[in-house]
Amino acid sequence: MKKIFEQEFNAAVSRRSLLQGSAGLIGGLMLPGGLIMPAFADDKPAIGTWPAGSAGSSVTIGAAVPRTGTYAVQGEDELKGWELAVEHINSGHELMKKFAPKLKKGLLGKEVKLVVADSGAKPNEAVQAEQRFISENKVVLMTGSTSSAVAVALNKLAQREHVLYVAGISGSNDTTGKDCVRYGFRQGFYGQTAAAAIAPVLIKQFGKNKKVAYMTPDYTYGHTVTKSMQDMTKDAGWTTVTNQVSPLGAPDYSSYLLNVANSGADILINVNWGHDAVLSIQQAKQFGVLDKMKLVVPYQVPFLARETGGLMTGVYAATDYWWTVEDKYPLAKMFNESFKKKYGYNPEWGAENSYVSFAQWAHMVEEAGTFYPPDVIKTYEKGETIPSLLGDVHYRPEDHQCVRPVIIVKGKAKKDMKNDEDWYDIVEIVPGEGIIQKPDAFGCKLGDYT
Amino acid sequence: MSNWPLFVSQLFNGLVLGALLALISSGLTIIYGTLGVLNLAHGAMFMLGGYAGYVAYTYTESFIVAVIAGSLFVMVAGVAMERIIIRRFYGRPDEDQLLVTFGLGICFVEVVRLFFGSLSLTVPPPTIFSGITSLGFMFYPTYRLALLGIIAAALLVLFLVLYRTRLGLIVRAGIEDSVMVSSLGIDVYRVFMVVFGIGAMAAGFAGIVNAPVVSLTPDMGEAILVQTFVVVVIGGVGSFPGAIIGGLIAGEIISITSMINPGYAYIMLFAAMTLVLLLRPHGLLGAQGRG
Repeated sequence: MKKIFEQEFNAAVSRRSLLQGSAGLIGGLMLPGGLIMPAFADDKPAIGTWPAGSAGSSVTIGAAVPRTGTYAVQGEDELKGWELAVEHINSGHELMKKFAPKLKKGLLGKEVKLVVADSGAKPNEAVQAEQRFISENKVVLMTGSTSSAVAVALNKLAQREHVLYVAGISGSNDTTGKDCVRYGFRQGFYGQTAAAAIAPVLIKQFGKNKKVAYMTPDYTYGHTVTKSMQDMTKDAGWTTVTNQVSPLGAPDYSSYLLNVANSGADILINVNWGHDAVLSIQQAKQFGVLDKMKLVVPYQVPFLARETGGLMTGVYAATDYWWTVEDKYPLAKMFNESFKKKYGYNPEWGAENSYVSFAQWAHMVEEAGTFYPPDVIKTYEKGETIPSLLGDVHYRPEDHQCVRPVIIVKGKAKKDMKNDEDWYDIVEIVPGEGIIQKPDAFGCKLGDYT
Repeated sequence: MSNWPLFVSQLFNGLVLGALLALISSGLTIIYGTLGVLNLAHGAMFMLGGYAGYVAYTYTESFIVAVIAGSLFVMVAGVAMERIIIRRFYGRPDEDQLLVTFGLGICFVEVVRLFFGSLSLTVPPPTIFSGITSLGFMFYPTYRLALLGIIAAALLVLFLVLYRTRLGLIVRAGIEDSVMVSSLGIDVYRVFMVVFGIGAMAAGFAGIVNAPVVSLTPDMGEAILVQTFVVVVIGGVGSFPGAIIGGLIAGEIISITSMINPGYAYIMLFAAMTLVLLLRPHGLLGAQGRG
């Protein structure tokens, strides 16, 4: 009996890893044949999937993205951004040419293909999937995450396998901080930048010396965002009265919310993400917590306002992108129009982050004139000014983090919404330079090119 | 204990959480106890109940209709599943049963995702149960209070069916020795179908009555399934009272640990399960029976 239940649990806990594990094994068996390559000139010896990955008429990108589990909604949005970017690269779309002026049809004349696997936001499943893409598809670029635990794991894989990785949504300070790698890049904002951008706004709004309750998901993203928020509000006398740490995908938040309700806090800073954020905010309302204290969501969750049905009214959040910036930025307007035409709604920041990461990678490859990874990395590391949807930005050579603006939004009341996607007012667009920490603040050491 | 109101609040909340786990687990344990099938699609059936109820609610705006529709839909789905697929697996090894129910669970989840997408959906509680009630020592969502009564009533009905009817007698006899029951001229397979339907209905009912507390997503059954198995192991496999005791213990462990250190809530749950398995390998109220 006991034995049956042990099998039982193994199956229940890792159903997808079981399925993907077998696929990965097949991929692994094919590896030795794939690595035998003709010798090339000594200055560019074979490395990672180069030159095999770019030898034909097409190149492939591997995306590991959550299509199930608590981050599924956000994963689908990211995927749409990648799909649109690939389509734009292959057709030589006008918007893509703004990012990569040398681009014609395809990247260096090669068609770009996208292969996708469901990561369920679990690091082991994402790594297995990408490992398979490397051996079977000879991918020249990996992407994906929507969980920083996945981003950190894929960073390590990228460095080991010498295949470039651009993070998808990843809010942990560690992704380009403590766990940065030579082969990894991040376009999006993260915990520390979010906290640095939103803290002054919050202090101005709510005043000094506040008692704060935190709700934190128990992994690298949650802990680093909470820590950054605590650091940035400390000088204004904000103190943490409770920090409720919960596992990813918790089915119920009532026990945590009773602690929050009992803590005497003035402000609830909810760091939960994806469906966890939806559920915890809805239940906070049920328990009367939102009537007692102000809610803040420092790291905004795509579709949160829609899913909570108006509970974001008056709530401040930091984000990578909100579609109404199109009034100010022409490239954002072009992006929204293309996206809306294809998918029928205005993109949220998951899609924006995806699209821009690919567009900037396309820029680097076109500038380098080759897919040879060290050359592409060195092009990123020139730190030149390049476009984004929010004006010019640059990547820092020291930690491969894009220095870019962070947007502070505030949830609109239903009566003020101009249409059914007009969920937020933009409070402020904070320039990246003023809020980003020093490159070595979290102990980044990039590692080797080869 | 420096903070009595919080302790009592958590104790009470543990009761509500535990009652829900007990209800879901009872379906799982009845099916296993009688049929010997570990239904890994049980979490998906919990989810199906929520979605079927949601559809009924959007058309009728009646919570009662939603509860009836959600329960009946999953019962019918359960019976169909038993007739078409599960019955072919009664004589097969446990691994085959696990794989087929596991696969069916994935299919249910993906079909729901296909029709409804991943964006979460909500079913509001009935108007009389919306809002917050003051219990003196704390404020508590009114619907969760009502849920305690609803689940207690449902468990009582299940108890009466199992312990006060002829069907219940046959089911309980079947748990002990299905060969003997069969040799007494009772069509065991028909009983099996009814039992599977009842077990599924318990999951579906739990899914829809729980819907106003959570928001519905296709994956909602996955996390709850793991907890449900813990409950069944603690209480004793195949034991209906065991499921109730196990559910309440699990609910209290989650709530009380959350009060002291939230990060350890689920670890403590598994630790409790391990302890029970070490001291009583068949669970607190489990019989020797199958194994």
